[in-house]
Amino acid sequence: MEFVPNIIGFACQWCTYAGADLAGNLRCKYPPTVKLIKVPCSGRVKPEYVMEALANGADGVLVGGCHFGDCHYKDGNHKTKNRMDMLKVMLGDLGFDPRRFRREWISGAEGKKFAEVITDFTAELIELGPNPLKGGK
Amino acid sequence: MADKVKVGFLLLGGCAGCEMSVVDLSEKLVDALAHLEVVFWAPTAADVKYNDLEAMEDGFIDVAFVDGMVRLDEHIHMAKVMRKKAKTLIAFGVCAALGGTAGMSSLHSKEDLFAKAFKNTPTTDNPDGVYPQPSCLVDGKYDLTLPVYEDKVRTLNQIVDVDYYIGGCPPHHSHVGAAIGALLSGQMPPKGSWITNGKAVCDVCDRNPAKKGDNLSRAMVTKVLRTVDGTPDTDICLLQQGYICFGPITQGDCGGSCLNVNIPCRGCGGPIPGIEDYGAQALSSIASILKDDTVSAQLMEKYPNLAKFFYRYALPSGTLPKRM
Repeated sequence: MEFVPNIIGFACQWCTYAGADLAGNLRCKYPPTVKLIKVPCSGRVKPEYVMEALANGADGVLVGGCHFGDCHYKDGNHKTKNRMDMLKVMLGDLGFDPRRFRREWISGAEGKKFAEVITDFTAELIELGPNPLKGGK
Repeated sequence: MADKVKVGFLLLGGCAGCEMSVVDLSEKLVDALAHLEVVFWAPTAADVKYNDLEAMEDGFIDVAFVDGMVRLDEHIHMAKVMRKKAKTLIAFGVCAALGGTAGMSSLHSKEDLFAKAFKNTPTTDNPDGVYPQPSCLVDGKYDLTLPVYEDKVRTLNQIVDVDYYIGGCPPHHSHVGAAIGALLSGQMPPKGSWITNGKAVCDVCDRNPAKKGDNLSRAMVTKVLRTVDGTPDTDICLLQQGYICFGPITQGDCGGSCLNVNIPCRGCGGPIPGIEDYGAQALSSIASILKDDTVSAQLMEKYPNLAKFFYRYALPSGTLPKRM
């Protein structure tokens, strides 16, 4: 059977989640691979959440937040950047392919960008194959 | 003597430093021995063998202190035996509780570790290539075997049910004393808890700016230094000086021992209550107080392996590492 990646997406309710909504309204086409979880702010996403998703077999994890300057809570996304960029490096140090984790800034007006990110991420994950923790390579 | 509390000590994969902390109680230990009877202490202090533990009836030991991480099949076997013989089992020290520094070896393959230990170290002098073998025959009649080396380090609670946890590498002897006092008085927290005073290292650290009414106490970290980059000022918070310290998220049962000698906390005390994954929380907490991404880039450059940095004592207990 063809491999369909399973992506867990943590989306900021002010930007990326609205962007996903707009992608639907614009009838953008993108693969049905992402399960979006709405969070108050991308700064709310703890590294544990990402690691828990990967540990439970998610093929990829996406954290989506607002562009700098747009954060509803002023500096939540700055914390996200520091944390998630370090987490990505740490995932590599743990022996996990860091390409399975992405941090993206997608605003509420960027429905098209949301669709593009998911399409691109899905293609990359198909190349990487299933999560090694559920029997992939 | 039947009213004495029977205690047992079992060392798995560790250095016996935790047991030294018990010995460090010195006179207090002598006083406590009026209420305690040590029925098993192996393989370190007492002349008892594993067979003696196996021969005990189930539940014979009231309180078992198990220290060290789990790496060999022998450790797994003995941990299971001890669980059967003990009414209460305590993961004693950070190795048993979270995996300890030896846990970082899980990031390397068995082959690499073997080569490093027996072939590649600069002090190795082994021209004949004599290496440990899983089994060997001595004098033609003694068939000797070595325990099997498992793929990765595990914490005690990944093998058996653990009643209480005590952090520290090793636990400070005053903390051990307090824990034994709590045991004897029967004032124990709910099963599954850490035995702790519930304070973070910052709470017991004299440098804490909040204790001095310092208005810089919420200042962000603007640079990253390692202890080799200079000598920290002994009065100012290490984080404010740029030395990354895990005091905010680590249990302070040590009384801030490392801070008292100008060394940043690396988290041997275990996570303060409410933290599930020490390394992930350490990353999250430290990243949040770095001023901007140039500082986080500096941190990543100064510490080339973030997994070993944030999970110094806790790698085998991590959400992701324990399933890998």
